[in-house]
Order: sequence, then C-alpha cells, then structure tokens
Amino acid sequence: MTLSSADFAAIWLTLKLASLTTVILLLIGTPIALWLAHTRSRLRGPIGAIVALPLVLPPTVIGFYLLLAMGPHGYVGQFTQAIGLGTLTFSFAGLVIGSVIYSMPFVVQPLQNAFTAIGPRPLEVAATLRANPWDTFFSVVLPLARPGFITAAILGFAHTVGEFGVVLMIGGNIPEKTRVVSVQIYDHVEALEYAQAHWLAGAMLVFSFLVLLALYSSRKSQASWS
Amino acid sequence: MNVRVRSFTPGALAALIGCLAVTGVQADEVQVAVAANFTAPIQAIASEFEKDTGHKLIAAYGATGQFYTQIKNGAPFEVFLAADDSTPEKLEKEGDIVPGSRFTYAIGTLALWSAKDGYVDDAGKVLEKNQFKHLSIANPKAAPYGLAATQVLAKLGLTDKVKDKIVEGQNITQAYQFVSTGNAELGFVALSQIFKDGKVSHGSAWIIPETMHDPIKQDAVILKKGENNPAAKALTEYLKGPKAEAIIKSYGYQL
Repeated sequence: MTLSSADFAAIWLTLKLASLTTVILLLIGTPIALWLAHTRSRLRGPIGAIVALPLVLPPTVIGFYLLLAMGPHGYVGQFTQAIGLGTLTFSFAGLVIGSVIYSMPFVVQPLQNAFTAIGPRPLEVAATLRANPWDTFFSVVLPLARPGFITAAILGFAHTVGEFGVVLMIGGNIPEKTRVVSVQIYDHVEALEYAQAHWLAGAMLVFSFLVLLALYSSRKSQASWS
Repeated sequence: MNVRVRSFTPGALAALIGCLAVTGVQADEVQVAVAANFTAPIQAIASEFEKDTGHKLIAAYGATGQFYTQIKNGAPFEVFLAADDSTPEKLEKEGDIVPGSRFTYAIGTLALWSAKDGYVDDAGKVLEKNQFKHLSIANPKAAPYGLAATQVLAKLGLTDKVKDKIVEGQNITQAYQFVSTGNAELGFVALSQIFKDGKVSHGSAWIIPETMHDPIKQDAVILKKGENNPAAKALTEYLKGPKAEAIIKSYGYQL
C-alpha cells in the first residue's frame, strides 16, 4: 500500500497553495512589516494586533467568518459577484485568500523583527549618499534582512501546508481544487483507512521536521538574523 | 446569626449526606457520543429523560467515523448513537460493546434542500435542470447520508452530470451549513435538520423516497465503558420507549 493518485493530487494542490500563498504574503507582508517596524503612528498597535490575530484565533473562527463573508450574502461575496467573479467559497482562489489571512503573522512578524534589527542608521547613511527609497530598499534593507525573508518564507509556506480548519470550513473537499493533504488525511481517518492515513501523515511529519531542521540549522549559523 | 447557624448545622449536614447518598445510588451521569444528524432530537429527548429518570445525559456530537477512532482509543463514551449500522456492528464484532445492546433507534430520511423558498420542487426536477453552481453533500466515504445522496444521484442517472458541482461537507452538519449560508444553492441533508413539528420548517425541500437509496439505519450500543452504569441502560431503554419514539418521529425519522 502506497500513496494513491488522489493522495498525490492532494500533495500537488497543497504545494501549489503554499507556494502561491508564500509569494503573495512576501509581496504584501513586506510593506506592512516595513511600516510596522518604522512607524510612530498611533495605528501601529491596532494594525500589529490585527496582523497577529490568526496566531490566537481558532482556524474555525476564521473559516466561519470567511464562509459567511465570501458567501452570496456576505460583503466580499457580493463584491466578487458584482465584478463577475462569482463567489469564492469552494474555489482555489478562495483557499488562497483564506491562507494569506491565516499565515499572515508567520510572514510579517519575522520580517518586522528583521527590519527592526537593522535600525534607522543604515537607512540614514543610505539617504546621505542620496539613495532613493527604492534604491535603499533593494541595496540596503533587502540584503541585511535576508535571513528574515528566508525565515518568513519558510514559516509562511510550512504553516500553509499545515492549514486545516480554514480549508475545512470553506473548501468543500473538491478533488484537485480544495482537497489539500490535511483534509485528505482527515478523510482517510474518517473512512477508517488507517493505512493510507499513515502514509500521508508520516510524509507530513517528515516534511515538517525537515523544514524546521533547515530553519533551526540556519539560525545557528547566522547569529543575527532577526 | 452565628448561633443559629451552629445549631442548625449538624441536622443540615446529616440531611445533606443523606441526599448525596440517595442521589449517588439513583442518579448517574451517562456520556453519550451522538451522530451529528441526531443533535436536535437528542437534546429534546435528554430533557425528558433527565426529568423522568433523574439521570444526567452528557452528549458529544460528531462524525461516526471519528467517534469510532476515539472509542477504539479509549474515549470515555458509555453509549454510542451512530449515524449508521455498520460502525456499531464493527464495534460489536471487535468486542467493544455490551453484548446484545445493539438496536436500531432511528431510520434516517434524506432530503434535497435549499434555503431559498420555492427553489427545490417536490419531485427533485431541479437536479435534472442542473442550473445550480454547487450541490452540497456529506462525505460519502464517512457519512451514511452522503452515501445515500450518491445513490440517489446514481438512480437519477445524474452522477456524471453533477460531478463537478458537488461540494462535500465532512459530515451532515457541514453539508447543511454550506446550504444554509447560501454558499451552495442546494444540498442533500438529513430531514431531521430541517424538520420541525411534522413539516419542513424553512426553505424548500424534496423529501426523498426511501426506495431511492439503502435505508439509513442508525444503531445505538452500550459501550464497554458503560457496562456497569445504570444510566447507560436506562437511556437505551428510554430510547426504545414511546416518549422518545414520538420525539424521534417528530424530527422526520422513521422507526
């Protein structure tokens, strides 16, 4: 007994979801983290708290609100219907949105720590050398914060792979669209197919360990990453 | 005040101990694992049962397959009201139940339901018209109502036609939830979820003739953990009685 084609479809879908989510999160998480690291605005507290919410909220809460919001009677659902996209529940796009929200703190917080650690000094030096903000970001911030970006990417990816509750609430368990590995494992256990559950669950365990091993090993070799 | 309390205490204490001793013998708690589709009826039955017997019923709701796994791994349930008959049968064969305690407590009825009034006709023509985007069913591998739904679709010759529109809830509760939130226009649910006082309480539904799928027999058992608990025995007896039967039927089950 090894993995079935449905299992491989679930694995492929999970990798696709996690990759896309990670890329999107790095793109939108970077400006948020930069702002959080440098702003003196009074909004810093509230925005930081909102970003951190998925850390403490049960995924079922996020999933439940997304199900209502993205449904035909919710604000998001009415908006997406108005622009001709239909509703996002039971779709891959819906899962990506859910995952971006769910994994947000795992990307933003390492980046924010990295940016804070750099401090204002290198940026001021860059400014005196007449570097424009883009130049400063790509030539100074990005190289200095590289370990932070690596941590953020790994955590965002791994956390999305481990996502279950949100997908369960808004996914609808559709093969090749919303049936990710964690749901597939749940299905196997529910159907008392323990052997298949073991194969997938074991693979997840090994994968998670390797990801964390990579993370902690790199942390050791780089004393000041974030 | 002090004096009064002091003089009052020995007698009160004796009475209290007496009470505890009496209730300790007669009133027990029974931990019950209940199939998700039976949530509403068991709540109604529980209050009658507690009133009539003095025992207390503590219910956990969930999917039958999940309960099976938990029971095999030492869950503290004493009575199991499953959504099917095969899981209790399996437990019986594996020696996890009190011998002879298995019986059918309800036969489930399947319904095609929409939260919208007038959307589902009473012959299920809406399925053949096929103008919906999502059809919600419970996971057929794990939930008997989901399996019955696939049998109905097969009987109508629609399996391939609606294949890409099916969304699966992990259990019948979630299948219902997808429809009730409007995310799926319609879905196969347990009649018990939408039935109150002898009629469909909201939305529109087609109550599926029982000839279209295998009977959804729901079996109950007393588990080994409940062997010496009089409340477990009392509950299964109560479920067979006329009061429970009336409640069970009022939710659209057959018996």
